[in-house]
Amino acid sequence: MLTRLRGRTNRDASLWFWVFVGPFFAGLVLFIYVPIGWSVYLSFFEAYNTVTPTEFVGLANYRDMLTDQAFRDSLLTFVVFAAFIVPTTFALSLLTALLVARTRVMQAFFRSVFFLPVACSYVVAALVWKMSIFSGMSSGAANALLGLAGVSPIPWLSITDPPWYWLVIVSARLWLQVGFYMILFLAALQRVPVTLYEAAAIDGAEGWQVFRHITWPQLLPASTAVLLLLLINAFQAFDEFYNILAGFSGYPPYARPPLVYLYYTALGSGQNFGDGSAGAVILTVLIAVVALAQTRLLRLGGRD
Amino acid sequence: MLHERRRHAVLRRGLLLVGTLLFLVPFYLLLRGAFSSEADLTSATWHWLPPTWEWGNLAAVFDNRTVPLGRALLNSTLIAVSQTVGVLVLSGMAGYGLARIPYRWSNVVFWLITVTLLIPAAVTFVPSFVLVSSLGWISTLRGLIVPGLFQALATFLFRQFFLSFPREIEEAAALDGLSWWGIFWRVVVPNSGGFAAAIGTITFIGSWNAFLWPLVIGRTPESWTVQVALSTYLTAQTSQVSLLFMAALVAILPLLLMFLLLQRWIVQGVERTGISD
Repeated sequence: MLTRLRGRTNRDASLWFWVFVGPFFAGLVLFIYVPIGWSVYLSFFEAYNTVTPTEFVGLANYRDMLTDQAFRDSLLTFVVFAAFIVPTTFALSLLTALLVARTRVMQAFFRSVFFLPVACSYVVAALVWKMSIFSGMSSGAANALLGLAGVSPIPWLSITDPPWYWLVIVSARLWLQVGFYMILFLAALQRVPVTLYEAAAIDGAEGWQVFRHITWPQLLPASTAVLLLLLINAFQAFDEFYNILAGFSGYPPYARPPLVYLYYTALGSGQNFGDGSAGAVILTVLIAVVALAQTRLLRLGGRD
Repeated sequence: MLHERRRHAVLRRGLLLVGTLLFLVPFYLLLRGAFSSEADLTSATWHWLPPTWEWGNLAAVFDNRTVPLGRALLNSTLIAVSQTVGVLVLSGMAGYGLARIPYRWSNVVFWLITVTLLIPAAVTFVPSFVLVSSLGWISTLRGLIVPGLFQALATFLFRQFFLSFPREIEEAAALDGLSWWGIFWRVVVPNSGGFAAAIGTITFIGSWNAFLWPLVIGRTPESWTVQVALSTYLTAQTSQVSLLFMAALVAILPLLLMFLLLQRWIVQGVERTGISD
């Protein structure tokens, strides 16, 4: 312990504690705890176009939300989206990490290439995806490529059958995220003790066997963390949906994940802050449950 | 066996090259779009490179009255810089206090901070909007900057980092008669540069690329960030496509430069934030 400082009075130390922690903690209370408290309060009131409650309605807002087909659809949209994005991102980032870790030539270059999209925003990616790669015109990159094979241009974003827009949305997020999770896997790969590989080599283990029996078990804690990060991030998807799908005539009625739904309920033409607050509370509870399950699973996975 | 190992190496290298090309395609398309003329970009025949390079697009994108790109860049810079500095100071100090200064309720305060990590910031945008609008901060820099200054994750990570800071140095400083304040600023901070750089770069990137909060708060063109300005014209589909690409190129240029110069710290930042989340 810091003997000299400990010698001073307790009151002195608590004063210094608040000098250091106070500014941050006060901000956290004001900008996290107060809004959440206010929102829970507001969720029991009528509040159209205003953030001051007008009439107490009890649980009506919650009933509105839970019986609203659009709200349940938004949860379904999240499930579909997660079913696409979580396994693909996981597999691709693990694959790139393994490839980059094994290469001896220009390792830094390859790592940078996969990592570079992390610098891009969802808005910029959405722009390239919507106006260039998956532009519905024959001048779009994908359609130009298909044109070489004699396929006529596909309107990627303006039809729902088949729902090509999922390809557009999922591939954009994939490109943006893979590098981030690749770094996490690379860090985990570096922590695998070299002696394990040496022992496996002595036992004559090869390629897939080494991965299956040495690398994979060592990657398990990192894998659990990556999976649940992916899930929580998918739950919060907003940017690419909004920027790819919203157009001149507004946002289409389909493919609205929870945050997009909430955005249009609370801040759209309705400005229904009562319903919006109830929705936020429901989503917060859902996410907290997932996050708690995450920490449980991580413990089971043997992490500290 | 040797033969097979060779085949694996070739396969690995092939996959790596294909992946590299695929990952670079969007950057190529962005550059191609930014320097194409509108007619070449929308023509039915595909051009791998712009038939005529439109360098004028760069000037045009700053001249455009309807896209206040200069103002948006200024806003984004102000927001990202002040949030980075603010997070480093606030979370650095709080992390140090939690790690080192003995206080009876320290554990309770720490618990109240970490429990907010379970609530993703994006889900709280409705309640936060309600608060910021009752403060009258809509469409102001204050409203865009201040709520993002209090990052529980950064505080958590700083605390972990300071717990592993060598105590002997601090004890020596205490013997020299320095207060907590003096020890922190004159001994601990000068020796925490690498960690601060990792957290700082990640905070800057997150702040520059943030979208939902600036969209909700920035309601007037004067308060748009780069991302919101781009998005507005992307979703309205009114402006020229080539200028959109040029504006996007300008928007990611600062971060690409940062990536080239500071990649080491960014990688460390990702490792720290990802693992502990």
